[in-house]
Amino acid sequence: MKRIRILMAKGGLDGHSRGIKVVARALRDAGFEVIYTGLHQSPGMIVKAAIQEDVDLIGISILSGAHMAIFPKVLELLQLEGGGHIPVFGGGIIPSADQKRLEKMGVKRIFGPGTRTTEIVDWVKKNLGDV
Amino acid sequence: MTSDELLDRFFNGDMVALAKVISLVENRSPDHERVLARLFRECRNAYRVGITGPPGAGKSTVVDKIAMHLAEDGTEMGIVAVDPTSPFTGGAVLGDRIRMKDLYKYDNIFIRSMATRGSLGGLASATKDVLVALDAYGKELILVETVGVGQVELDVVDACDTVVVMLTPEAGDSVQAMKAGLLEIADVFVVNKADRDGAEIFAIELQSILEIKENNMPKSSKPHWKTPIVLTVAPEDRGISDLWNTIEKHRDFIIREGIFETHRKLQIKHKIEQIIENKIRLLAQRKFLTGIDIDHIASGVYEGQIDPYSAVNKYCRLKEFENIFEGDQL
Ligand SMILES: Nc1nc2c(ncn2[C@@H]2O[C@H](COP(=O)(O)OP(=O)(O)OP(=O)(O)O)[C@@H](O)[C@H]2O)c(=O)[nH]1
Ligand SMILES: [Mg+2]
Repeated sequence: MKRIRILMAKGGLDGHSRGIKVVARALRDAGFEVIYTGLHQSPGMIVKAAIQEDVDLIGISILSGAHMAIFPKVLELLQLEGGGHIPVFGGGIIPSADQKRLEKMGVKRIFGPGTRTTEIVDWVKKNLGDV
Repeated sequence: MTSDELLDRFFNGDMVALAKVISLVENRSPDHERVLARLFRECRNAYRVGITGPPGAGKSTVVDKIAMHLAEDGTEMGIVAVDPTSPFTGGAVLGDRIRMKDLYKYDNIFIRSMATRGSLGGLASATKDVLVALDAYGKELILVETVGVGQVELDVVDACDTVVVMLTPEAGDSVQAMKAGLLEIADVFVVNKADRDGAEIFAIELQSILEIKENNMPKSSKPHWKTPIVLTVAPEDRGISDLWNTIEKHRDFIIREGIFETHRKLQIKHKIEQIIENKIRLLAQRKFLTGIDIDHIASGVYEGQIDPYSAVNKYCRLKEFENIFEGDQL
């Protein structure tokens, strides 16, 4: 039986992993298999892990302000390495102008700080229905 | 993509295809038997090292360091790390990759996390088939990290050639090791976190337990393997090359003594038995259970109208099955 697998990674150099861990556990409790790769993940690490783990979705949390560097690079590498079909979503402190730019580039959704986990879980459920 | 196209890409060394083949095997997709049949034919007997031990003993860190140690020589390596599925939700958080960050830069290393999906023996029920996939892809060495729930995890013995049992000097561990039967499954013991107090004493204790076991073994003229103990401080890479040398010694020993071959044949025998059991179960389910409402029968038993044995005889057409064998000198 197919299980939905989600990669959760913390990009950038900040050391705050509480938020992403809470989301990872909420997704687990919703029945997903979450591969949590931890802090300080570079785009190269994220993409390689996503491909090896054959995930259906990638979630990246960035609080350090590196979002405009990390998300576009992840999307680009995914295309290059044969993972262009994997949708990417994000979370963190990201100004709304940047948020719009990222969504235009192909990031499916950005969740701001303080988003309730139920909202994220519902979004994932709704979205992976189409995968 | 058809599974044949997928396999073509797989045998061309496409990493994306390897990942997809593993999923297909893991999910028991409709095509998985045909794909596995092909994979089995391409196996080259990659060496399999299992790493087991209680939660937090440092298994992932040690796997990371061993892989680092061998990465530069270009050894083709697979890593499979198993973590538990929540029995309540079916979900899982697989976190072993946290300790394997630096391996991403090596194209000769492929890491896959697996959830147990209900299996209780320390590995997922598809793990052994995933090892076959990695082998057929061309991996020469596969490191397998078990769940590590603390009790003995026997799957790893069947799945791997060398079993490394990791312990830490925390109080009570050596006694626990005996209780849990870890002594019996270990080919190599690692006392990790040797930077902590009591590591030396712990290793000496463990050594004396091993010696008692040794003395109680029936005398035999055949050479036998004395389980060594290696002390490590994994995050600092201390003891890791010693550990790898010890694993290699065990590998050479079991190959020389024919144990490797015997063990592999036993694994294959188990696989064959499992295929037969599955087929018979599926056939039997189709034959005896289609159209039968077990819930209804259960209610009947609950209400005292019938007992479960008579119910099976009455409703499940087992007689038809017995008739097939009638007259056969089984
Ligand atoms: N002091 C010390 N800490 C260590 C050592 N080896 C590992 N650790 C730490 O122990 C913790 C657990 O290490 P892991 O490698 O994740 O252990 P594990 O056995 O894979 O854990 P599970 O997969 O959760 O069962 C981490 O914080 C490591 O940094 C060691 O030799 N000394
Ligand atoms: Mg681990």
